[in-house]
Amino acid sequence: MNAWTQRLQKLLPGGRWLVIVPPYVWMLLFFAAPFAIVLKISFAKSQIAIPPYTDLLQITDNLLQIVLNLDNYLYLVRDSLYFKTYVSSLKIAAISTLLCLLLGYPMAYAIARADASVRNVLIMLVVLPSWTSFLIRVYAWIGILKNNGLLNNFLMWLGVIDQPLHILHTDVAVYIGIVYTYLPFMVLPLYANLVKHDQRLIEAAFDLGAKPWQAFLKITVPLSKAGIIAGSMLVMIPVVGEFVIPELLGAPDTLMIGRVLWQEFFSNRDWPVASAVAIVMLILLIVPITMFHHYQAKEMEGRLT
Amino acid sequence: MLSLIIYSFNESRLVTVWSGFSVKWYGELMRDEQMLNAAWVSLRVAFYTATTSVVIGTMASLMLTRFARFPGKTLFGGLITAPLVMPEVITGLSLLLLFVSMSDWFGVFGSRGIMTIWIAHVTFCVSFVTVVVSSRLSEVDKSIEEAAMDLGANRAKVFFLITLPMIAPALVAGWLLAFTLSLDNLVVTSFVSGPASTTLPMKVFSSVRLGVSPKINALATIMIGVVFVAAFIGWWWMAREEKKRKLDMQLAAQKG
Repeated sequence: MNAWTQRLQKLLPGGRWLVIVPPYVWMLLFFAAPFAIVLKISFAKSQIAIPPYTDLLQITDNLLQIVLNLDNYLYLVRDSLYFKTYVSSLKIAAISTLLCLLLGYPMAYAIARADASVRNVLIMLVVLPSWTSFLIRVYAWIGILKNNGLLNNFLMWLGVIDQPLHILHTDVAVYIGIVYTYLPFMVLPLYANLVKHDQRLIEAAFDLGAKPWQAFLKITVPLSKAGIIAGSMLVMIPVVGEFVIPELLGAPDTLMIGRVLWQEFFSNRDWPVASAVAIVMLILLIVPITMFHHYQAKEMEGRLT
Repeated sequence: MLSLIIYSFNESRLVTVWSGFSVKWYGELMRDEQMLNAAWVSLRVAFYTATTSVVIGTMASLMLTRFARFPGKTLFGGLITAPLVMPEVITGLSLLLLFVSMSDWFGVFGSRGIMTIWIAHVTFCVSFVTVVVSSRLSEVDKSIEEAAMDLGANRAKVFFLITLPMIAPALVAGWLLAFTLSLDNLVVTSFVSGPASTTLPMKVFSSVRLGVSPKINALATIMIGVVFVAAFIGWWWMAREEKKRKLDMQLAAQKG
C-alpha cells in the first residue's frame, strides 16, 4: 500500500508544478503561439471570404501542397511607401527616446536626490497623469495645440505672435504627444537605478579633485547604464508601433508603421499584408527587445548585478 | 486638463466659446445608452482582467524569484518581459489571428466579445503585475519563510500564512495597475472585440476622431475626478499605515 501511494505521488504533479504550469501555458498559448500564426498568414493570399485568407495546405489532384505566397513581402519591398514608413517610424522613435532621456534624466536625478519625504510626492506627480485615461490626455492636447486653442490664444494674448502657429496635425504635435505620454516610462527605471547609487563614490571623486561635471560623466552616468537602457527600450520599442498619437495629433501623411498596419487591417481588410508588416516590424525590434529582456531579467530575478 | 474641466460646464455646443455655466452635457452623457453600455463592458472586463492577472502574475513571480532553475525558466522570463514593450498593434493582430484560427480548428472563440477581450488584456497585464509583485518578493526577508518551514509548515501553508500577507500591498498595487491598463486599452481591444462588445475607449476614440465634443469633456471631468479622489484616499491610507508602523516600532523599541 505504501509503495503504491509513493508511486502515485511520483506520478501526480507536485505543488511546484501547479504554480509553474498555469502562467507558462497561458503565455505560450496566448503570447508565443500567435506569432507562429501571424507568420503563417503572412504567407497566405488574401481572398474575399471568412476568414479573408487562403490556407497554406492545399490538396489538388491528391497532392498535398504547401503554398507559400511571397507576394506580401515582395509588395512591401516594391512599394517604397513601406520602406519610407519603417524609416520614419524608427526616426520618430529614436528622436522621441532621446528627448525623453534629456528631459527624464534630470527629473529622475532630482527625485533621487530629493528628501525622502518629498520623494514619494514627486513620484506620485510623475505617475498620477498615467492613471487618467491615455485617450483623454491625448484629446486634451488637441484642445491645447489647435489653431484657436489654449497655447495659441495665450501666445497671442502675450503678443509674442500675431498669427496662430500651426502645430496640431504636424510632426511637432506627434513628438509632443509621445514625449508627454512616455516620459514616466523613462523616469521610473532611471529613478529606481539612481536612488541606489552610493553617494560616497561621488564624494571620493570630489576629494580626488574631480569637477562636478566630471564626477557626473565618469561615475553617475556609467553606473546608471542599466537604467538608461531599460528606460530607452521602454520608450523606443512601443513608440515604433504607436497608433493613437499619430492618428489623433499627426498630419494625415505622418508615416508610422502602426498606422499603416491598422489601415491594412481595418480599412483594406488585407490580413496577409498586415501580417507581413507585423513580421517585418518584429524582425526590426527583435534586437532591442532581447536587450531589454537581458536587463529586465536581472532586475526581476533578485537584482544581483 | 483644467480647460477640459471648465469647458465641460459650458452651455454652448462650440467648445471654445463660453456662453454660461451649465451641467446639461452631463445630462446628455447620462442619457447616452451606447456610452453607458460601453462603460459597463469596460468596467466588467477590467475587473475580471485585474483579478486573473494578479493570480497568474503572482504564480509567475513565485516561479521567477523563489524556484530553483528548471528547464524552460529562461524562456518563461522572455515570455513575461516581452509584452511590456511589444507594440500593441502586433499583440492585437496576433491574438485576433489566433482566435480566428482556433475557431477554425476547434470551434472555440467563434463569436468574439468580452471573453476574447479578457484573454487579450490578461496576456499583457500579467507582465506588469509580475514586475510589481516580483520586485516586492525579492525585497521580502526569506528567512521568515524558512523559519516557518523549519517549524513544520508545508509550502502551501507558508505561502498563504507568511508570504501572502507580506506581499499584499504589491498585490493591491498590481490589481489597480492591471485594472487601469485594461480600462484604458484601445488598440488591442479594437482588434479582438466583436461587433456586440464596444468598450469605452473605443467609443471615446470614434467620437474624438470626429472632433472635439462637450460630451467627451464631461466624461473626462468625471474620470479625472474619480482618479483624484482614489489617489487621495490611497495617499491618506498609506500615510496612516506608515504612522501606525512607526508607532508600533516605537512601542516595540520601548518594550525591548
